[in-house]
Amino acid sequence: MLTQVATRHTRILLTGDHAVAYAALRARPHLIPVYPITPQTPVLEKLLELQELGELTADIMTVESEHSAMAACIAASLAGARVFTATASQGLALMHEMLHYAAGGRAPVVLVNVNRTLASPWGFWADQTDSLAQRDTGWIQLYCESAQEALDSVLQAFRVAEALLVPAMVVIEALYVSHTLEPVEIPDPELVDEFLPPYEPPVRLDPATPRGFGGTTAPVQWRANRLALKAAMELALDAVEEAGRRYGELTERAYSSVETYRAEDAELVIVTAGGIAGTAREAVDQLRGQGIPVGLVKLRLFRPFPSARVAGLLAGVGKVAVIDRNCSVGSGGIFCQEVRAALHAHRVTGPQVFSFIAGLGGVNVSADRVMEICRSALNAVSAPPDPILEERL
Amino acid sequence: MSTTAEPEAELFCPGHASCPGCAVALAVRFVLKGLGPRTVLVIPPSCIAVMAGPLPLSSMQVPVFQTAFETTAAAAAGLARAFRARGEEVTVACLAGDGGTHDIGLQALSGAAERDEDFIYVCFDNEAYQNTGNQKSSATPWGAWTSSTPRGKPTRKKDIVEIMAAHRIPYAATACPAYPADLLAKIERARTLGGTRFLHVLCPCVPGWGIADDASLRVARLAVESRLFPLYEVRDGLRYTITHEPVGVPVKEYLSAQARYRHLTDEAIRQIQEDVDQGWARLVGRARALPPRAFA
Repeated sequence: MLTQVATRHTRILLTGDHAVAYAALRARPHLIPVYPITPQTPVLEKLLELQELGELTADIMTVESEHSAMAACIAASLAGARVFTATASQGLALMHEMLHYAAGGRAPVVLVNVNRTLASPWGFWADQTDSLAQRDTGWIQLYCESAQEALDSVLQAFRVAEALLVPAMVVIEALYVSHTLEPVEIPDPELVDEFLPPYEPPVRLDPATPRGFGGTTAPVQWRANRLALKAAMELALDAVEEAGRRYGELTERAYSSVETYRAEDAELVIVTAGGIAGTAREAVDQLRGQGIPVGLVKLRLFRPFPSARVAGLLAGVGKVAVIDRNCSVGSGGIFCQEVRAALHAHRVTGPQVFSFIAGLGGVNVSADRVMEICRSALNAVSAPPDPILEERL
Repeated sequence: MSTTAEPEAELFCPGHASCPGCAVALAVRFVLKGLGPRTVLVIPPSCIAVMAGPLPLSSMQVPVFQTAFETTAAAAAGLARAFRARGEEVTVACLAGDGGTHDIGLQALSGAAERDEDFIYVCFDNEAYQNTGNQKSSATPWGAWTSSTPRGKPTRKKDIVEIMAAHRIPYAATACPAYPADLLAKIERARTLGGTRFLHVLCPCVPGWGIADDASLRVARLAVESRLFPLYEVRDGLRYTITHEPVGVPVKEYLSAQARYRHLTDEAIRQIQEDVDQGWARLVGRARALPPRAFA
């Protein structure tokens, strides 16, 4: 079976946005409610092109706002339709109310967000704050470093979301991933159908069995609903591993919630998510070439946060440099907060955790920059309590 | 006036949580009879949401999706498309209040109407946010007292049927639970058409309007017979048909039956009468301008 893998895909050059559109094509959704926003627009345009070619059979609903897009997604999902949408930045912020609604209503919508700066002032550049600000909405969140990973993660997100009835967000960065051409393997439809069973929720909006969805609850009922969502979200930790493993069996590209790169015996481990993780691999190779033992821990899954795995991987490490392309004003880098909380919760006291805020507003974080970050952490006596701004290095 | 035999099946169960004498509850009962059992309802926060019942109870014999306040039309559009994609024949209907329609839900409704999404939208208009205790909405008429317009509302009521007709949707109509045969006939006509269909149903509110709990239908009749709220329908945004010829009682009879207008001066009432007369003349003119086409 594995020998057939190589013939069971198409390899073409795609941007991150177009790769995401091909993932949606392969997932065979019933409905795609969508509203255009830079830099997500190529997703929408490619989907319409695929529909025009007769390849995509989904109904593409071009609504009047992202808020309505998510409202339509939720209702359609509760009727038993597989739904997909994509947005960015202001669009995701506008959806915020409905993101909570989707999770509480247990609608397994899959959404791709292209990380883009939030206004004001206006910008079109990579910044993770838009999606990280949705961390308490009850959505699974996966951060991707490449077009290939984005395509693969969308398919895995559908498998996990529909199994657990928890919505899932796949995140790619503006321009660095969304608009950069890369060779991408598109798995064949039969292979995806094998990976992704049809969506048939246990209950749905159906005149044959009338039920009320979303009505008023008493405090104990509300609590029960929230705790059920919490329990389902916790199952996502294993479900993401299972989906990544199974996907690997079918495509030879396996995934995990947390990925390591040359982290064995590393004196310093870089922890980051999204596009910077790809650059960090190059920095690790160069530093290792100079005899400096550094490694990478890539956070792919942000919600649920794989706290035990992160703590386990960092337990024996001397120094940790967390690189955040985001800034929670008044606190600091958001991934770093999570990493520090995970270490504390699991009583891992060994590593010194350096918080670096880098690449805000889409400023390029080159491999040289990542190496400077590593050197500054390695040279420091101890980690400062406040975040280190990379432009001041 | 066409008549439709009232379907016997009750899809709206007794024992729900409306106020005694609620006109919305009566209107919902007739609307559900007209819609029939192959219906899925979308209900935003409103008095209707209260009547639909707290979980795990439901007063409706059809599936209900309670959505966020401003999303009724968007959710209904998503539902209708989901059923179509799954190959299922289902009528999707929205039951919303005036705040959820004229105010916070207008963008989604306008977007859906422009796309001619396939659902029946019924706005039960009790002319204020009655569910939260009578705060003014853009459907509150000029001069009416609410808890947020203590001196009477200084601006006029938004004309939602004209707004919907301007989208050139296949069907827009006014109705009132005091005229159940007319209401049922309109639901029936809406069901024979596809696309976005809109019904604006005036529902006097016992506590909000300051009327006795046995007076809501009497007040509703005065609204219609005074020509303040004429019963009519608009096909494709162009062809107007008046479905009930009002007697033309003075609007003062309607206003003086309600505590919310108690403060109005004779001059204010004269101005309202003038406004009603002009509105009626405009409607009659439109109904004459283009003859109605027979319904298929």
